[in-house]
Amino acid sequence: MENLEQVVKEHAFFRGLDPRFVALLGDCAADVRFDAGAFLFREGDPANHFYLVREGRVALEMASPHAGPHRIQTLGAGEIVGLSWFVAPYRWAYDARALEPTRAVALDALCLRGKLDEDPALGYAVLQRFVPVLIERLQATRLQMIDVYANPGAKKGARR
Amino acid sequence: MTEGTRDRLVERGDLQALLDALRAGGYRVVGPTVRDGAIAYDSVERVEDLPAGWTDRQEPGRYRLERRDDGALFGYAVGPHAWKKLLHPPVQRLWKAVRDGDSFRVEAEVEDDAPVAFLGVRACELHAIGIQDRVLMGDRYVDSGYRARREAAFIVAIECGEAGGTCFCASMGTGPGAESGFDLALTELVAPGRHAFVVRVGSERGAHILEAVPHREASADERAAAQAVVARTASRMGRELDTRGLPELLLRNLDHPRWDEVAGRCLTCANCTMVCPTCFCTSVADGNDIADGSASRVRRWDSCFTMEFSHLHGGAVRTSAKARYRQWMTHKLATWVQQFGTSGCVGCGRCITWCPVGIDITEEARAIRATDGAKAGGGDGKS
Amino acid sequence: MIPAEAMVPTVTRVTSARRETADTWTLELEPPGGRKAAYRPGQFNMLYAFGVGEVPISISGTARRGGGLLHTVRAAGPVSGAITGLKRGAALGVRGPYGTGWPLDEAAGGDVVLVAGGLGLAPLRPALRALLAGRERYGRVALLYGARRPEEILFRRELEDWRRRLDVEVEVTVDHAGADWHGEVGVVTALVRRAGFDAARTTAMICGPEVMMRFTVAALRQAGVDDARMHLSMERNMKCALGHCGHCQFGADFVCKEGPVLRYDRIRERLAAREI
Repeated sequence: MENLEQVVKEHAFFRGLDPRFVALLGDCAADVRFDAGAFLFREGDPANHFYLVREGRVALEMASPHAGPHRIQTLGAGEIVGLSWFVAPYRWAYDARALEPTRAVALDALCLRGKLDEDPALGYAVLQRFVPVLIERLQATRLQMIDVYANPGAKKGARR
Repeated sequence: MTEGTRDRLVERGDLQALLDALRAGGYRVVGPTVRDGAIAYDSVERVEDLPAGWTDRQEPGRYRLERRDDGALFGYAVGPHAWKKLLHPPVQRLWKAVRDGDSFRVEAEVEDDAPVAFLGVRACELHAIGIQDRVLMGDRYVDSGYRARREAAFIVAIECGEAGGTCFCASMGTGPGAESGFDLALTELVAPGRHAFVVRVGSERGAHILEAVPHREASADERAAAQAVVARTASRMGRELDTRGLPELLLRNLDHPRWDEVAGRCLTCANCTMVCPTCFCTSVADGNDIADGSASRVRRWDSCFTMEFSHLHGGAVRTSAKARYRQWMTHKLATWVQQFGTSGCVGCGRCITWCPVGIDITEEARAIRATDGAKAGGGDGKS
Repeated sequence: MIPAEAMVPTVTRVTSARRETADTWTLELEPPGGRKAAYRPGQFNMLYAFGVGEVPISISGTARRGGGLLHTVRAAGPVSGAITGLKRGAALGVRGPYGTGWPLDEAAGGDVVLVAGGLGLAPLRPALRALLAGRERYGRVALLYGARRPEEILFRRELEDWRRRLDVEVEVTVDHAGADWHGEVGVVTALVRRAGFDAARTTAMICGPEVMMRFTVAALRQAGVDDARMHLSMERNMKCALGHCGHCQFGADFVCKEGPVLRYDRIRERLAAREI
């Protein structure tokens, strides 16, 4: 039986975390696997876990009736999937689907939220890791949004 | 080379012989004339074509010709024309492309204009020509048309007897004495009962032309008088520019609030770039001739003040007037030094005179220097 | 291949025209005078379409047979539109090559990371080909490439060939995709973190839209790459490519002479400034 505390400690997201906190997190951790094509979670579902990806690749998608799902971002080993577990109403904003066989550590959000409320120091340590990810994803999203590779001539109606 | 035992004297009455010698030498003589209320460079055949007895009053945004009380032929400062209009023409066809079966050939434009003698080149203009030489001939690629025109040009310099109201060549180290870069240099001596020119020879072909002009050796008094003319002009400059550390000053103040302030006045009309003797920017237009199906490329003067100048991918890099004014001034006084080893400004004052709203480059530099480090939007930039 | 009259184009022919994406073609040009043309990866030519105009186009490689230079052109205006419309055998004018190239020699002895965004892959392709041709001189070599959508990926076959090699890391991502794309989705800067290179001995060569290059530099800096070892290919309006028309100035640098490849520490302040 794998020591999940060790896995949590060594995952890029939690690297350098105080060992006392690693133990607390270990209590909330479980080893999970997803087959290619399986959903980690779906939009609207209660956000009860977040995932530290160990192997494989996960895509965040937004479903749309006519065009098929928009793939917003892909995430791989060393990255985390799931941010909405931290914020009320604790519901997923996107679908997350494994693109290949994926192995991750699932952290139970209910378990974790309780511990964060009890121990502000743990809360701060976790936030210190979360906020940079949020900011990085926001910056990346904005860069994707401004569509830098679009053909400037296309806007002016230049053909061919 | 401002003094020499070989300085000559030419009487005003013999000056026509100089013009005749130049024409006999195959040159078209271009010099100052009065046209449209200003001193303009145009063809000159007779000494009478020169602006005898005229002077100018120049201030920011103002230029007027006025009568002198003597008959000085060169008693004014520079007008809106610069010699670049002959060396680096405003419009120039570069080549013509002609269809040839399923391909085409390109025929470079061949110029066969008569060589030009520039009569009355001021010291600041000598430096300006030297500056354009560095830009257009001094680096990896040579503008062959410019080089041909430049090598063919005969230069008769004139040392200024009057400092213009917007002149600051003394600050820039570009005058009023003419030191080099000429074939002949004249200093006009005008006084009651005398009117003559001290002449210095700057080249072999200058010496050759002078042989056909009646002259004698200048006396010590005459040489001293010529030096006094230059000294007097130097002491009466209309403006001053503090050039100490100027490039660094401007480049560390790219966010200075003064740029916004001047942008509120600047019309981006591009007058300054047109009259500036060192501004060299050009653009090209590729066109077609519907009649014979040929194509051509024409080069024409351009200005960094236009919106299209910095066009890139559907928009301009410099859209605001502030950015365009800043580009012009920082190029002229700062980045030019990094590019070509000297300032781009020769202190001729044309940009000040011909700016419709009278923006004064020396004043802008002074204002920035006075509040070095100020940042637009408040604060002094210091932590 | 710089003629005496520096603004006069040399006339040559299109040997082949290959469509890369909906709006981008790669043209191979016959070497003028039959001599194999010499250039440094990163340099560009000025291409002239008869009667329409002239644009700067990066050289995107050398044809394996015949040694003609390859130019990958996106139809973004009347001139590039005319050039991309040229078929095999058509005549066009060439001037060049101009500008500075990628620092392939300087990078020897260390790791190399190439980061390309969109059409920025075109001037980096000859750099990667040169690196692979002299592979033993370098440590780890990685190409990180971001495109807009899967169908706008350039040089797909060649990317796949590089990917199959064991001695180069190739990561491709797209900004927008649907479910039929099975690769990465996200910005190219995110690939920087995942790439395997030793920042202390890495040279980075970056080309793409200016916004993308700024963010890439930020990501590389965060990874520990030195400012003096990052090189960007800059772009500005060009009319002559000779340093005479004044248009391409970026601060004190003429992009046609001191660039287009410029070292980041030299241009750092200017990149952060607005409207320079």
